[in-house]
Amino acid sequence: MNATRSLSYSKKRSTVIASTVFLIPVFFFIAIFIIYPIIDSFWLSLHTWNGISSFKTFSGLDNWKMLLSDTTFYKSFSNNLIIVILSIAIQLPIAMAIAFLLDTGGKKLNILKMIYFLPMLMSSVAVGFLFKYIYDPQFGLISAISTMFGGEGMVDLLGNPKYAIYAVIAVICWQFIPFYMVYFLAALSSLPIEIYEASIIDGATHGQYFWRVALPSMQGAIKSAAILSLVGSLKYFDLIYVMTQGGPSGATELMATYMYKNAFQMMKMGYGATIASGMFIVITVISLFTLKIINGKQEA
Amino acid sequence: MKKKRITFGKIIASVLAIIWLVIAGAPFYFMAASAFKEQFEIFTSGVFAAPKGLFLTNFQKVIESNFYKYVLNSTFVVLVSLILILTTALCAAYPFSRFKFKLNKPLFGIVVAAMAVPIHVTLIPLFQLTQKLNLYDSIFALIGPYTAFNLPISVFILTSFMAAIPKELEEAAEIDGCGKYRTFFNIIVPLSKPGLATLAIYNSVNMWNEFSFALVLTQSPKSRTLPLSIWEYQGQYSSNIPMIMAVLTLCALPMIIAFAIGQDKLIKGMMAGAVKG
Repeated sequence: MNATRSLSYSKKRSTVIASTVFLIPVFFFIAIFIIYPIIDSFWLSLHTWNGISSFKTFSGLDNWKMLLSDTTFYKSFSNNLIIVILSIAIQLPIAMAIAFLLDTGGKKLNILKMIYFLPMLMSSVAVGFLFKYIYDPQFGLISAISTMFGGEGMVDLLGNPKYAIYAVIAVICWQFIPFYMVYFLAALSSLPIEIYEASIIDGATHGQYFWRVALPSMQGAIKSAAILSLVGSLKYFDLIYVMTQGGPSGATELMATYMYKNAFQMMKMGYGATIASGMFIVITVISLFTLKIINGKQEA
Repeated sequence: MKKKRITFGKIIASVLAIIWLVIAGAPFYFMAASAFKEQFEIFTSGVFAAPKGLFLTNFQKVIESNFYKYVLNSTFVVLVSLILILTTALCAAYPFSRFKFKLNKPLFGIVVAAMAVPIHVTLIPLFQLTQKLNLYDSIFALIGPYTAFNLPISVFILTSFMAAIPKELEEAAEIDGCGKYRTFFNIIVPLSKPGLATLAIYNSVNMWNEFSFALVLTQSPKSRTLPLSIWEYQGQYSSNIPMIMAVLTLCALPMIIAFAIGQDKLIKGMMAGAVKG
C-alpha cells in the first residue's frame, strides 16, 4: 500500500519535472515577446514619450482621454468594421460558389483550382504594390479597361476618398477568396459521398443538393471561416499600408495604420501605445463576444 | 452514367469559372507581362499587349543590384526561426498532449490565448526592447518575435497531432524501460514528422512574407528582408513600372516554384493556420 503510493508520488514528481523542462522554452518566448510587450504597452500608454529621449513623462490617463475623443480613431475603427462586414459578405459566398463548382467538377478542374489559388502565393506587400499599379490612373489596368468600354480613362480609385476603401476591399477579397475556397473545398469533400449519391438518386439536381444538403451541413465550416475573417480584418495592416498609407485624407485609415503613424512617423510613442492597447481591448472584446454567441448557439 | 445535358446550372457554373479565372489571373498576367517590357513600351503598346520580345534587362538589373542580400536575409531569418519554432513546439506539445498534471489545461489556455494577440500591440515595446539589446536594425532582431508569434499556433497544431499518436506505443516503450525523455526522442519525435512538415511549410510561408516587424525593427537595406526590398526599388524606380513588376515577379517566384513542385503539400501547409482558436 505504502509502496504503491510512494511509487505514484515519485511518478507524479517526475512528470512535473519533465513538464517543466519541456515547457520552459515555449513560455520563455511567450513571456518575453508576447506577455511583457502587452503589459509594457499599457504602461507606456500612461506616458508621453517621443521614442528618442531617455525621459518619459508620466501623464496618467491623458492619452486615454485623448483616445476616447479622437475622431480619427473612431473613423479608423469604423473602417475596420466596414472591412470586416464586406469581407465576410463578399468573400465567403464567392468562395463557397467556387468551391462547390470545383467539388462537383472533380479532378478535371484541377488546373482551375491551381490558377484560382495563385493569389495566395503572393505576400500582402507584393499584392499591395501590384494593385497600386493596377489602379494607377495613368497606366493601370482599371483605366485601360475603362477606356476600352468608352470611358475617358484616368480612373483614380485610390485617390478618391469615396471609393478608396472599396478599391482596397476588392484587393483584400482577391487575395483571400482562394483561402476560403480551399477551406470550403475541404469541408465539402469531407461530406460523405453516400449523402450526395442518395440525393442524386432521389432525383435532386446539383443545385438542390447544394442548397438543401451541402450548405446546411457546412454550418460549422462557415462559422469558423467567418471568425477567421473577422479576426483577420480587425488586425489588418500590410496591404493598406502599402497601397494608401491610410489616405486619401484618412479614408482608408485603420487602427493598425493609425497606431503605426503615431508611434513611428510622428514619434508619439505614448499615444501610439495607447492606440495599440485600445486596439487590443477592442479586438479581445469583439472576439470573445463573437465566440460566445457562436458557441452558445451551437449548444442550443 | 451521367447524361450529358446542358443545363442552366452548368451555364452559370461555366460563366462563374471563366469570370473568376480572369479575375484571379489578370493581375498575374499584368505583372509577368509588364516585367518583360521596356520602360516606355507600356505607354506605346498598352497594358494588355504581350511584350514585344523577351526583354530581360529588368531582371538582370534587379539581380545585379543587392537583391541577393534581401534573399539571403530572408532565408537566414526564416531558417533560424523555423528551427527554434519546431524544436520548441515539439518540446511543448509533448507534455501538453501526453502528461497529466494540474497546470496542463491553464498553461495550454495561455498558449491558445496567445494565438489571438494582434502583433501591433507589441510593436512599440519590442522596438524599444531591440534597441536596448542593441539588436535594432539587424536581422537578429526579427528572430525572437518571429519565433514567439508563430509558436502558439504551432504548439496548438502539434499538440493535437501528438494526441492522435496511439498511447500503446508509448506504454510499450515505458514497459521496455524507456524514460520520458527517451520516449520523446525515440518514439514521439519520429512519429511527429508529418505534422512537423506541415508546420514547416506554414511557418516558412508566413515568415517569408512577414512585413510589420521587419518594417519596424530594421531600417537599412543591409538588414532588411525580401518584402521590404520592394520598397527600396520603388524609391529608386518609381516611374519605371516594368522594373517594379520584375521585382514583384522575382519576389513571387520562390513560392510559385514551391507550388509547382508540391502543390498539395503547400496548400495543406498554408491552410494549417485555419484552426478554431
